[in-house]
Amino acid sequence: MCLGIPGRVDERWEADGMAMGTVDFGGVRKEVCLAYVPDLQVGEWTIVHVGFALTRLDEASAQETLALMRSVGILDGELGPA
Amino acid sequence: MRYLDEFADPVLARRLLDDIAAAVTRPWAVMEVCGGQTHTIIRNGIDQLLPAEVELIHGPGCPVCVTPLETIDRALAIAARPDVIFCSFGDMIRVPGSTDDLFRVKSRGGDVRVVYSPLDAVRIAQQNPDKQVVFFGIGFETTAPANAMTVLMADRLGLANFSLLVSHVLVPPAITALMESPERRVQGFLAAGHVCTVMGTSQYAPLVEAYRVPIVVTGFEPLDVLEGIRRVVLQLEQGRAELDNAYPRAVSAQGNLEAQRVVADVFTVTDRAWRGIGVIPASGWRLADRWAAYDAEQRFDVGGIAAQESPRCRSGEVLQGLIKPAQCEAFGTDCTPRTPLGAPMVSSEGACAAYYQFRRLGAPASAPAG
Repeated sequence: MCLGIPGRVDERWEADGMAMGTVDFGGVRKEVCLAYVPDLQVGEWTIVHVGFALTRLDEASAQETLALMRSVGILDGELGPA
Repeated sequence: MRYLDEFADPVLARRLLDDIAAAVTRPWAVMEVCGGQTHTIIRNGIDQLLPAEVELIHGPGCPVCVTPLETIDRALAIAARPDVIFCSFGDMIRVPGSTDDLFRVKSRGGDVRVVYSPLDAVRIAQQNPDKQVVFFGIGFETTAPANAMTVLMADRLGLANFSLLVSHVLVPPAITALMESPERRVQGFLAAGHVCTVMGTSQYAPLVEAYRVPIVVTGFEPLDVLEGIRRVVLQLEQGRAELDNAYPRAVSAQGNLEAQRVVADVFTVTDRAWRGIGVIPASGWRLADRWAAYDAEQRFDVGGIAAQESPRCRSGEVLQGLIKPAQCEAFGTDCTPRTPLGAPMVSSEGACAAYYQFRRLGAPASAPAG
């Protein structure tokens, strides 16, 4: 139920005064309410939960996390006993 | 797929596992609070790939599992009324009440509809002005902004035929209850990343402080979960207890302020009975008094509810991490997803369902799927 799925904003529009959008989840497109991240732009990535965008996915942070994971254990190996 | 495949890379998973194995010197008990993470762990065999010293305790973070039995019975009574269209997330449909479930109410002619988004329920109310439309608003902090929005929408659209049956629960008071319990075993927590997208991370600092327990905000992909575990284990091994965020691509310190504003407008904090666990003070949200007109509990008098839990179901112990699902005598025999005795066997976040789906046949653990 707290399942949040990453997707890319494809379109934006307003319905009954609320920011809405179409979000692409790897080919599956769904209508999503953008009211909680109203400045999400087309092309940006978000986490969607029960039809609502909850947060903007930050590409720089994602890359930093992956870079950190790639570096885990590497230093130990290089500085450890030969 | 972006943000999914990268965080399931088996080479990086092995590296994180090796680092955990290199760091660990003694037994540690780490709880993943969220049932979504439990499923990532069991599906990918992460618990079996970890060094034996690291035990994962599955937490109570399964909203349909902890929704009180009395509330389920109330939902069933409302859903059975001929004037009602009852809307619910699909996860709730087979959750057993005292004697019934929503699926059976539907099979007897009740108008029970599964919605993907709470806003779908508002639309159904618009399209059916001659019916009462009730939405079962359950969930943790992650789901509350979506559920709260239905009230604002219904108000804006002037819908007199829409109401909400609310049973929201909150993570920090549950962590407090676990740490105050005499049976407390947990030494570090993976905090649920999507709860924190809404609420931010600051709520957890006082818990880290009060109980000297590491709390690491953690995502849901296999690498996210491994990284969360790695950071908790490193803290424990180094004698540290800090609040850390291993899911920064989605979680900021302050969270989603607009969502918090709407939730604070629509809901108010209340004591909440957690199914299988008991009452936890100030651990839930109910509709705020100014929105009482949208409260299904007040709109529908369904008489006295005498809730009766199955005496054979040990889901309370499962939800508190006291036993693993397979230790329950009924697991996989009397209790299956088709004939569940308790909610954790049917929810997509329930620990019993995860074990039934991925462990029942004793399938060997495999590395996270690439």
